[in-house]
Amino acid sequence: MLDTIVNFLTADIRTATPLLLAALGLVFSERAGIVNIGTEGIMLTGALLGCVGSFIFKSSLMGAVFAIAGGAIAGLIFAYFTVTLRSNQIVVGTAFNIFAIGLTVTLNRLILNGVKVNSYSNYPIPGLSKIPLLGRVLFNWSVPVYLAFLAVPVCWFVLYRTNTGLKVRAVGEYPKACDTVGINVFKVRYAVILFSGMMSGFAGSFVSMGQLSSFTEGMVSGKGFMALAVCVFGNYSPVTVLLAALLFGASDALKYRLTTTGLGSYYQFLNMLPYIITIVALCAFTKRSNKPAFSSVPYRKE
Amino acid sequence: MPENILEMKNITKRFASVVANEDINLSVKKGEIHALLGENGAGKSTLMNCLYGMYDSYEGEIYFDGKLVEIQDPKHAIAIGIGMVHQHFMLIPVLTVIENVVLGLKENKEILDLNSAAKKFTELGKRYNMEIDPWVRVEQLSVGQQQRLEILKALYREARLLILDEPTAVLTPGEIDSLFDMMTKLKNEGQTVIFISHKLNEIMKICDRCTVLRQGRLEATVNIEDVKNREELAALMVGREVELVVEKNPVQLLEERLVVKDLCCDNDRKLPAVKNVSFEVRGGEILGICGVDGNGQSELIQSITGLRPVSSGQVFINGVDATNCDARRVLDLSVSHVPEDRHKFGMIGQMNVEENLLLVSYKEDRFAGKGLLKWNIIDQHSKKICDDFNVKTPSIKELAKNLSGGNQQKFVVGRELERTPRLLIAVHPSRGLDIGATKYIQAQMLKQRDNGAAVLMVSTELDELIELSDRILVIFEGEVMGIIDQKEASRETLGPLMAGVR
Amino acid sequence: MRKQVLQGLKSLTFPIMSILVALIFGAIIMGALGYDVQKAYLSLLNGAFGNVNSIGETLIQVTPLLFTALSYAVALRCGIVNLGAEGQLYIGAVCGSMAGAHISGLPPLIHVILALTCGFLGGALWGLIVGVLKVRFGASELITTIMLNYIALEFVSFCVTNPPFKDMTPGAAPRMTSVLDSAKLSKLMEGSSRLHSGILLALAAVLFYYIFMWKTTKGYEMRVIGMNPNAGRYSGMNIKLNSMLSLFLAGGFAGLGGVIHIIGLTYFLSEGFSNNFGFSGVAVALLGGCHPLGMIISAVLFGALNAGGIKMQLLAGVPSASIYMIQGMIIVFAVSRELFLWFSNSGKGIMYQIGRRRNNA
Repeated sequence: MLDTIVNFLTADIRTATPLLLAALGLVFSERAGIVNIGTEGIMLTGALLGCVGSFIFKSSLMGAVFAIAGGAIAGLIFAYFTVTLRSNQIVVGTAFNIFAIGLTVTLNRLILNGVKVNSYSNYPIPGLSKIPLLGRVLFNWSVPVYLAFLAVPVCWFVLYRTNTGLKVRAVGEYPKACDTVGINVFKVRYAVILFSGMMSGFAGSFVSMGQLSSFTEGMVSGKGFMALAVCVFGNYSPVTVLLAALLFGASDALKYRLTTTGLGSYYQFLNMLPYIITIVALCAFTKRSNKPAFSSVPYRKE
Repeated sequence: MPENILEMKNITKRFASVVANEDINLSVKKGEIHALLGENGAGKSTLMNCLYGMYDSYEGEIYFDGKLVEIQDPKHAIAIGIGMVHQHFMLIPVLTVIENVVLGLKENKEILDLNSAAKKFTELGKRYNMEIDPWVRVEQLSVGQQQRLEILKALYREARLLILDEPTAVLTPGEIDSLFDMMTKLKNEGQTVIFISHKLNEIMKICDRCTVLRQGRLEATVNIEDVKNREELAALMVGREVELVVEKNPVQLLEERLVVKDLCCDNDRKLPAVKNVSFEVRGGEILGICGVDGNGQSELIQSITGLRPVSSGQVFINGVDATNCDARRVLDLSVSHVPEDRHKFGMIGQMNVEENLLLVSYKEDRFAGKGLLKWNIIDQHSKKICDDFNVKTPSIKELAKNLSGGNQQKFVVGRELERTPRLLIAVHPSRGLDIGATKYIQAQMLKQRDNGAAVLMVSTELDELIELSDRILVIFEGEVMGIIDQKEASRETLGPLMAGVR
Repeated sequence: MRKQVLQGLKSLTFPIMSILVALIFGAIIMGALGYDVQKAYLSLLNGAFGNVNSIGETLIQVTPLLFTALSYAVALRCGIVNLGAEGQLYIGAVCGSMAGAHISGLPPLIHVILALTCGFLGGALWGLIVGVLKVRFGASELITTIMLNYIALEFVSFCVTNPPFKDMTPGAAPRMTSVLDSAKLSKLMEGSSRLHSGILLALAAVLFYYIFMWKTTKGYEMRVIGMNPNAGRYSGMNIKLNSMLSLFLAGGFAGLGGVIHIIGLTYFLSEGFSNNFGFSGVAVALLGGCHPLGMIISAVLFGALNAGGIKMQLLAGVPSASIYMIQGMIIVFAVSRELFLWFSNSGKGIMYQIGRRRNNA
């Protein structure tokens, strides 16, 4: 019985981690008024680049570096087109996703071809990991998981208690007002997109190196969009986003749990579960009180 | 010590092919209240935006406190001591007062210290008699309080020259008096104020000197004490003799077209916006709804026209119970609606004039058969409306957003009036228009009235209401304060009602 | 008239430039990855237009692309971003395929019409779900359409592996039952070309879109709502109904694209038959400005890239998925009007920047 709970919770956390990482990045970019549909593509690219880095240098750390760097570059390109050139954010995001499919498949066939790479190793926290139940669930993870959970209070503090966070919140609500008090709207947006890109890339690396140890084409399959849903469902705030991510992780864990029961032969319907729950969550919680007023509107100075 | 705190020399600002400011010279003395007068579109805001660093480029020179300055952006303007209170407040509703005040300040530490900022802010407020709780969210403040906050924000940043852009547009007469008291206090403390307005009465009352702009050029700079009456200023503003009083035929009443009984409805935040409002409008008369923006007028009109649910009460249009009908049904009852914000509700900038003119009547038999539009007939019809209503456009295929504000409003009004409604509802019909277009539209509304239509007009311009309406209904916080006949309507009788004093 | 033609040509230069730039960037990337760029692009061209069969292959790709482009366009005109064409296409294909495979004894014309109708309705209902979720719950279609895509894919996976949908022929790869001969679309050309009459249906659909959008009162309503829903409301239009109708139509178009691909080309439905038609449709619609003629031209372009890509993988060893990189770049350049303006004004622009910097020094 205990084992079942532990397995369930660990599966929950394992699935939730990439969603949480990406969603935390999205909280900042969404609050500044940017809708980044391309998160899916950046995550996919991060998943691939992580494996590439790990393959070349035989180190998961280098994998993470590659993934984060790739996410940063993608973020900069996205920012250039949507902030400086003021192109439609949805369209550019969709284009990123299409491009990413092409890029990852091509690079995969060229370099990796499904080879196994060094994945993120687990670092159990001495002492704490020996606690029954809680120890196995909370303190027996790899670095990305610890970082993801630690990032929650850090992001909360930055968003609500710092000058930077204030600027981010203001820019999405009323960019013109920010302009009049001398805030550089473009700089703030570039910064949040960069951060969001890096987080999404990092999240992607966890999908490939934290859950399996190789890259498979199409392995992200909607997690980027789920991260967006987590951000919306989590009301654009770090702590609630954490809860939302855990809920989504639970739906995935539930899927695995049900596979071993009689429903296993209908596994496709179980696979649908996370997507269905995303839709239900979105419908149930559209009282988006924190949605920025100027979400997805490019800013134009006269 | 230089006498002029500000000198703007030969300022020229172009937007694409439009010259918004041409070779303007402005000098403002230290410690005076200086008016910047001009019609809508004359270039007042443009000139001040140049000063405040809102634009990337302009021609000419600016001297502040005797020194030549090149103001790159608002941050720079604030740094040298210029503060601006915009017509549309530059406040972020969901943030608190103190967060708005410290937003963007150079001296902010990374980890915000809002407590000491709040202390400093409260002391400043006490000094100028404008106390505001620093910890409430801006959206919880009244409009008057928000304006005071904007001024305090500028003072917090140590502004010595304050620019107020059309500050009285959103205030009751009582609040306007408070604002003037505040301006006098600022003047006594050594501040200089530039007061942008097109309201002649107010300029005559509070300002020391006045610079008049017309069509982007400097028309004149005068001492107010040398000016005899409003008409003189108006003539400078418009460039010709202006008839400020409107000729009106005596009223000839027909049957009731609109009856509203104990109407109640809520606003978007589920709070009561209209409380037990009752009135009726007959054919042949104009009923003006008077009140400061935000007292329930929008919600009232929306509930009458089927755009907002009615929580209780009844609406009868042309004898038919139209309570909680949908908008289409109301329009089909021979009602025309000139909406309060033409860009948002009345037209589609991306479509051409012709398609805009089709907006309400596209399903009528004369324009469509079996679901297919008859474009030939629609073409002819559109050209006729443009002729009849003096809409200046290169062609009916021109995109609506390329027309001037006046012409846009003319075709919106034209579209609505061409349907010869039995009930015409016009909300802020002359907002944002110059005198020429305003007079034209007012004349059209009078014409409808003389032809027997019932006209319900909502406006914030007291002058317009007093001149055009046969009766005036004053609304305050969603309640009817009183219905005054035109004969007894004046600033003195309406002002207190607008402020909630019965 | 001449002015309009000149205007039309002028508005073409920008998309064409986007395509050229994307192709150049694509060449750079492929070269950097070590592929023989010349061989790659030549085989691409060959695969797209090399001979009559190639052109046929291109047109085969154009057919579903036109439908998914229409799907995106008809929703966008009403202000809705439909990213769900991929899923709607698959559901339509499933429904149409079932009708084509399991109903026997019908004359060919009737059977084809029945299959097409089922395909349309299947996709339309899948799109309608998004509409209902949006109207009733305010759920953003950006996310719901994507979620429904994945749900549709899982459903297809179920259908190809389970009776009664699965083709139970021993030794057959996982796929749905083949459609009967009476439901198949006719071939357009003699010889070895696979080109079928679906392309004609696609063109007919484009014509329908044009007439519907610009000549009917309903189309006018949708366009008004798409450009300014508030103005629509104030003019008495029903936003909710129109939103749902536009998604119904959008899903229907995509569904038609799916079923036609089956009854015209493959005759049975297997997983992954879509060559990213759903998202490429978005690109085709955008590049074509959501206008009938523009979409036809850009569909031909993207169809050529798809068809050529297959040949390119065969002959030059470049993965056909790399075409997606070029497509992604085309989209990005196509919507970056400001970039284009900068290029055309670059002379003036640079002088302006230098002059301003000197002024502020």
